[in-house]
Amino acid sequence: MLMRNRADLPLGDHAKDAAKLVSLSNAGIFRDNRWLVRGVDLSIARGEVVTLIGPNGAGKSTTAKMAIGVLKADEGTVTRSSDLRIGYVPQKLSIDWTMPLSVRRLMRLTSSISDQDTMAALEATGIAHLADAEVRHLSGGEFQRALLARALARKPDLLVLDEPVQGVDFAGEAALYDLIRKIRTTTGCGILMISHDLHMVMAGTDTVICLNGHICCRGTPEVVSQSSDYAKLFGANGRALAVYSHNHDHTHLPDGRVQHRDGSITDHCHPEDGHHHEPAAGHDHHHHHDGDHGHHHHGEGKPHA
Amino acid sequence: MLDDFFTRAMIAGVGVALTAGPLGCFVVWRRMAYFGDTMAHSALLGVALSLFFEVNLLLSVFGVAVLVSGLLLLLQRRQSLSADALLGILSHSALAIGLVLVAFMTWVRIDLIAFLFGDILAVTPSDIALIWGGGIVVVAALAFLWRPLIASTVSEDVAEAEGMRPAQAKLFFMLLMALVIAIAMKIVGIMLITSLLIIPAATARRFSASPEWMAVFASLIGAAAVVGGLFGSLTYDTPSGPSIVVAALLLFIMSLLPAFGRKTNERATNQGVRG
Repeated sequence: MLMRNRADLPLGDHAKDAAKLVSLSNAGIFRDNRWLVRGVDLSIARGEVVTLIGPNGAGKSTTAKMAIGVLKADEGTVTRSSDLRIGYVPQKLSIDWTMPLSVRRLMRLTSSISDQDTMAALEATGIAHLADAEVRHLSGGEFQRALLARALARKPDLLVLDEPVQGVDFAGEAALYDLIRKIRTTTGCGILMISHDLHMVMAGTDTVICLNGHICCRGTPEVVSQSSDYAKLFGANGRALAVYSHNHDHTHLPDGRVQHRDGSITDHCHPEDGHHHEPAAGHDHHHHHDGDHGHHHHGEGKPHA
Repeated sequence: MLDDFFTRAMIAGVGVALTAGPLGCFVVWRRMAYFGDTMAHSALLGVALSLFFEVNLLLSVFGVAVLVSGLLLLLQRRQSLSADALLGILSHSALAIGLVLVAFMTWVRIDLIAFLFGDILAVTPSDIALIWGGGIVVVAALAFLWRPLIASTVSEDVAEAEGMRPAQAKLFFMLLMALVIAIAMKIVGIMLITSLLIIPAATARRFSASPEWMAVFASLIGAAAVVGGLFGSLTYDTPSGPSIVVAALLLFIMSLLPAFGRKTNERATNQGVRG
């Protein structure tokens, strides 16, 4: 056995195997004479959000692919509930531009989806106006929303999201996290998410799993943020794990107008408007968060132009 | 009607073009042009083996094409050489071995040119039955496999995760390719088969709003190239197979003219383009 430093924390309160959508037990993937990831124990139940964090090459995507059967485990076991319906947003997807593919067509990639469900999913992700646009003409953020909409429209039991908000601007990121949380509550699906930010997990995450070739530590976001294993591995510069959630009091509509919290719509932001995220007290990045993560931030506390 | 060699050629050629259209789209989307070329080149080896063992020509060509594509996938998995170099080695070796074998068999005389560049004017009614029968099988199989094939072309991982069995779809796709090559060899010849797969599909791209329409347009454009090429060959007394390819090329060049093509929502100009 390689070094394994599995946390002694219990697997959580969901230890009833029958309700598990997928469980991995001591699972690992061996490629090119090395273990990409090894000794992974994790399970996802209905309505549970599990977030994987870890540095580049930690085996996050590999673990997710193993959970959904894209990669076969070279050791250990992976069990999926029968007839498990998966919705998968991969980390990377390159579509050859010679294939004419509209957003609407992309939605029907792996299953028949009614027009109604298609539009509902596109509206939920905020790109209904792009339904007939060609996929190759989308910006990175729009493409990401289209992929999320596609996975949603399948009404999956298990949603697997590999860095779902990459390339999405800050306000959009918050809206998508809100949406993902809402999907969990309304549909009760399980969610396996890979965070693109080592120091950030979505609010509503039940279990955070820190990976670095093996599971370093796990637990609720609060537990992990205080774990010494996490601090040792990722806590450089005094940065701790933050839970991502914030309130915004206005939304930029696709046509450039602005909708306010009271529902009114204007052409521009009001000078007295707060930020897309609320500063200071309302700002919910817990745990001595120094505000220096790679997102596009508006200056905190300054009026929004 | 079938008494006239020109009519027979037309019916056979249109049959091949209609079949090649949708298959050619996948060749373009999956960047398998060279792969298709390699399979086609291996057909000459199939011809030689068929003569040597006195087995059915079509079966032999089909079998060798399947074997070569299987060998290719196996070698690719070992990743000792780039796919590109492997294709180059297999493609030309298969062709060369075929030529050498034919030369050894001094007791047979074959019209090499007919195999290499096609002899559509010598098509018999039974050839037509084979082309249309085989074509219907290929198109029906493609229609049946359409969703898994499209899904795995966009992303094998997503297809696998969402229950599409991309490996199986790929295997069937190889078999269909081999079948089309075996059928089309007599019409356009080994050297030109790939062009009938790729050029109409590439031409159809500009007019198509969806993968499905692109497949349909590729078939129609291929059929137009066959008709145009055959009339050109009759008028100018040029070889028929190459004339069909030249006609396809002319259609492709025309499709590049700004006056043609679908008006798309060119949002790429003011927004970041995803590569």
